[in-house]
Formats: sequence, structure tokens, C-alpha cells
Amino acid sequence: MSDIETLAPETADAPAEGLGAAKTGLTEALLYLNGVTVTFDGFRALNELSFTVDPGEMRAIIGPNGAGKTTMMDVITGKTRPDKGDVYFNEGRTDLTKLDETEIVTLGIGRKFQKPTVFESHTVLDNLRLALKGQRAALANIFRKETAAERERIDEIFETIKLTEHRDRLGGNLSHGQKQWLEIGMLLAQDPKLLLVDEPVAGMTDAETAQTAELLREINANGHSVVVVEHDMTFVRDLGVRVLCLHEGSVLAEGTLDQVSANERVIEVYLGR
Amino acid sequence: MSTSDTRPPALLGTSGLIFIAVLVAAAILVPVLNLLTAPGSALHVPTYVVSLLGKYLTYALLALSVDLIWGYVGILSLGHGAFFALGGYAMGMYLMRQIGTRGVYGDPILPDFMVFLNWKELPWFWYGFDMFPFAAVMVVLAPGILALVFGWFAFRSRVTGVYLSIITQAMTFALLLAFFRNDMGFGGNNGLTDFKDILGFNIQADGTRATLFALSALALALGYVLCRYLVRSHFGKVLIAIRDAETRVRFTGYRAENYKLVAFVVSAALAGIAGALYVPQVGIINPSEFSPANSIEIIVWVAVGGRGTLVGAALGAVLVNYAKTYFTSGFLAPYWLFMLGGLFVAVTLFLPKGIVGTFYEWRDRRKAATGEADEPVAEPRPAE
Ligand SMILES: Nc1ncnc2c1ncn2[C@@H]1O[C@H](COP(=O)(O)OP(=O)(O)OP(=O)(O)O)[C@@H](O)[C@H]1O
Ligand SMILES: [Mg+2]
Repeated sequence: MSDIETLAPETADAPAEGLGAAKTGLTEALLYLNGVTVTFDGFRALNELSFTVDPGEMRAIIGPNGAGKTTMMDVITGKTRPDKGDVYFNEGRTDLTKLDETEIVTLGIGRKFQKPTVFESHTVLDNLRLALKGQRAALANIFRKETAAERERIDEIFETIKLTEHRDRLGGNLSHGQKQWLEIGMLLAQDPKLLLVDEPVAGMTDAETAQTAELLREINANGHSVVVVEHDMTFVRDLGVRVLCLHEGSVLAEGTLDQVSANERVIEVYLGR
Repeated sequence: MSTSDTRPPALLGTSGLIFIAVLVAAAILVPVLNLLTAPGSALHVPTYVVSLLGKYLTYALLALSVDLIWGYVGILSLGHGAFFALGGYAMGMYLMRQIGTRGVYGDPILPDFMVFLNWKELPWFWYGFDMFPFAAVMVVLAPGILALVFGWFAFRSRVTGVYLSIITQAMTFALLLAFFRNDMGFGGNNGLTDFKDILGFNIQADGTRATLFALSALALALGYVLCRYLVRSHFGKVLIAIRDAETRVRFTGYRAENYKLVAFVVSAALAGIAGALYVPQVGIINPSEFSPANSIEIIVWVAVGGRGTLVGAALGAVLVNYAKTYFTSGFLAPYWLFMLGGLFVAVTLFLPKGIVGTFYEWRDRRKAATGEADEPVAEPRPAE
């Protein structure tokens, strides 16, 4: 697993200053949400949601169905615009609410969707090739040739996600669990600073779940910040990180898993059911 | 240990090689059998057949252009007839200006219809069309620029699916109405016709007809190689990814709208070239080429041959148009449109991958059975 060392995000990333009003000095956090509210036809999916993620931190987010976990990721990645509230990246330097999906990805925020979405009619190998950090311009990609370094990087990722023997299979033919891993691999290939991972172990066996926890810990240990949404408590325990419990669009409790699961409100609305 | 596939992927597969070989053989044989055999001999190909086949080949190129965006990007354009017609008009304007004093009114500059309308001067947009290179550039530029402007607005505002198809229909319909008007300066209802020669060669001569046929075959072959190169490049993989899961593509950092735009413009330019080769072979271009039904017909050709296979699109165009020629010349003529509609319904229901697509699927399944390849995936599920 030495290949993980090369996964650390670049430290010399271009500063994203000038993109929206900066809030430098306001926060040291990599990701900063303050008072974020999202309503769908009057229904508050997010209600004054505030929390931060520190550089290099891994954070687990739990909460009942409909708590707003996926909506929170939609807001961070530019898929949904908040009605009000602040969303800043890079120590308050970048206002994410002013950017579109592609710009946010380019800043270094990668996302795995709740429903695994891989490119079904592409081979597993081509899925990783498409995700690999590098040229994104349309015209330049007409004449693009794969470099030796890119091939090596893809081989490393294949070993990390343990799909080497499936490389020539079509994405659509993978099992549910394999698709989840491929999607994590695609995230790794993008080499983002922050990974948002929505329910990565849904549909996985216990062994696969444990391996996924291990994989995410490794990714985190190598400098990537990670936010994981998951219902599987064994998995969250395996991660061993700070936990945030969402309920009706705002933070219900925050702390270690033991602290959060001892919280009476959490037991009442989520764990106890 | 590197296990990645380092072999450069072959540009042409088996079916592509066969396709090119057939086109090259046709480009040589048909002119030879037309020009070097005695009329009446069993081997003789009459000139009208040469032009008919040439017309099919331009339709095949048009179908190829539609397959590039429909088959690989999922953009169902119901307005590609407009790009074809624009390329045709650009060529038609060149041919009109070659008539010179041989027109009915004998005006050295003005085409007959302008003299008839009492125009005194050539409109500015007719300047330059007396020069072939200029006209040749316009054949690509006119549809290309329309596609660029249209696509820029449509893809940026993320118009997709049925809505996009509808506005492409509206586009070609608007052009139909515009080109019908006499004061537009494109010959109105009658369009452009009575062509005399092209690059100094008599447009009716057997030699010219045979050459135009060979050029159509060549253009189709080159168009195929271009499309094939595009869809197999990294760019093309992004196109296919957009077709299957556009949202995921955006979240992978690609500007999907730019990819669509490039593909759309290339496709429109190919359609324009097809139109330019079509006009000298049929001898006329008029506004009916813009009619929305024409654009829908192209979709039927592609669906019959097999969407997303390139070769299939070309094959479908030739087959359906052969059937059209055959049936519209007999007592079945009044029923052709019903037959076309029935064909589309039948293909959609019973042969959703078209002729070539079904063949590929059968071949892939056979390979999968022997462990040589993976099972083909069913229709990719659209991503949320
Ligand atoms: N686009 C939308 N339009 C209307 N309502 C929406 C939309 N997206 C989400 N919602 C609603 O917002 C609430 C929060 O949804 P969200 O998907 O964020 O929940 P979640 O915490 O991810 O739940 P789960 O654990 O089931 O994935 C739900 O009640 C959902 O129905
Ligand atoms: Mg969710």
C-alpha cells in the first residue's frame, strides 16, 4: 500500500483568491458552512446548517433518512444553490456558492454519489482514465496521448481499489459493491483535497465494508480531507473519527461516536428507532 | 509491473475496414462500369444510376454526422437537414454564378431569379461565390457557425432531451420559412437550379457525374475515419460518458457543454459537406430541404442501421433510401410515408439497436461466451 503516498494533494495549489468575496482570516477550516438554508417548495431540507472541516480531517456524518445529508453535499458541490448562508473553501478564500460544479471540482472537491454512478458503457480502465487528474479541455483531448506516468498512476489506483482483474470489464457489468469501489477509485484519480463520499458501503458485504473503512483511512492518512455520510454504525466506528449527526437540516450532535450515540436526542430520532 | 494496455487502439475495426474497402471499390468500379462499358452491355451502369448512388452516399454522410451526436453524445437533433441544406445552398450559389450569360436573361452577374425580381445588384452575401474555394469554405462555415451559435446557447442553458429536439425542429422550420421568401435572395420557392457547369466541367457530362460519385464515396470514407478517430479519442470517451451520465461528467471536472458544442459543430460541418455534394448530383436545391420531416427521416435511417455504430448509420441511409426509390416509383408510392413510419416503429420495437448494432451485440455475446470479452451492457441507465 506504499502507493498511497503519492496520493497526497498538491500543496502548491493555485490560490483561489478573487473567486467570490473572500473571508480570509475568518476561518482556518478547509470547508466552512455557516447558516446554510435550502428550501424545496417551502420544505426546509437544510435549516441554518453550520459546521467546519479542518485540513486533513476525516469527518463522518450520520442522521436519519431525509436529514439533509445529500442536500448538504449538493450545496458544497454546486449542484444546489443555498437560499442563504455561507459556504467557503480553502481557509475562507473561496466562496463556493458563486461557482459551478466544474469549477468546484477543479478547486479540489471530489464527490461520490449516493447511487453509484460510473460510466456504464466504458471499461473500468476507461472510467479511471476519464477521472484521472489532467487535461479537461475539449479540443486538447482530441489529440491526447496517455503518458507512462498516467498508466502507472492508474495501475496504482487499481491495486488500491482491488479491481485490477476487472479492468477490461464494462462499468455497467460490475456488482454494486464493485461500482462503489470504482467510484472511490475515480475520486482518487481526480486527486482532490476534499472527498465527499455519500454512503460508500451501501450494498456491501461485511468484509467489503471493513475494507472500505480501511481504504478511506488510508486516503485520509495521506493528506486528503474526507467527509463520509453513512448509516452503517459498524463502519462509522471503524473509521474512528469525529461524528456529526444531522436531523431536519441542522446539527443535532457532534463529537466522538460514543458521545454522539449517548446523546438522548440522537437516540430518540435516529439510533433508537 | 505495468498491466495497463499500452497498445494504441486500432483506428479501424473489421467492419470499418470492410466499409472503407467497399467505398474504395465502389469509387473505382462504378465510374469504370459507367464510362468504359458500352451502353446496353450487361455490365454498363447508366449515368442516372451513378447519380442516384452518389445521392445515397451523400445521405450516408449526413446520417454519419447525425450518428456522431445522437449515437455518441445522446443529442437527438431533429434539425440536421438544415445544416445539410445550408451546405447545399453554398454549393448551389457557386453553381448559379457559374451560369453567367447562359441564363434565360443572359445577365453576366445576376442569376435569373434576381433579374426576374427586378433586382439591380447582387446582394452582398452573394459576393465571392463565383470563386470555388470561397464557396467550399462556406460549405463548412455556414452550417458550422449556425451550429456554434445554436449549440452555444442551447448547451450552456443545459437544454437537453425532448426540449433540445424540439428547438432543433424549430430551427430548421424557421429556416424553411425564411428560404421560402423571395426577398431573402436565395431563389425563394424555386430554389437554385439550371446549373451548367462545375469548375469548368459540364455538370451533365458522364465524366463529371462519375467524378462526383467518386468524390462522394471519398468524402464518406474520410468522414467515417474522422468520426471514428474522434469517438475513440479521450475526447470521444468523454462524449460517450456525457451520453450515459452527464452529471457525473461535470463532477469529474469536464465542461460537458464544450464537448457537446465541438461535436455538434463537427457534425454540422459534415452535414454541410454532404449537402454540397448532393446538390450538383441532383441538380437543384430548394427550401423543401429544410422541411422538418426531412430531418426526422435522417433519424429513421440511423435507427435502422444502428445508432452509435457509424457504419450502421451509413448503411441505414443507403438501405432506407433504396427502399424509398423503389417504393415511391411504383403503385405503392402514396403509402411510402406510412411505410417509413411503420419501419421506424418496427425497428424501435423489435430491433432497438438497428441492423449493425444487433450484429455487434450478437458478436460480443459470442466473444463473452468464449471469455474473450465482457458481456455487452444493456442500455445504460441514465444517471440522476
Ligand atoms: N430536489 C429536491 N426537491 C424536493 N425535495 C428534495 C429535493 N432533494 C431533496 N429533497 C428533500 O429534502 C430532504 C433531505 O433530503 P436528502 O436527500 O438530503 O436526505 P438524506 O439525509 O441524504 O437522506 P438519506 O439518508 O435517505 O439519503 C428529503 O426530505 C428530500 O425529500
Ligand atoms: Mg442521502
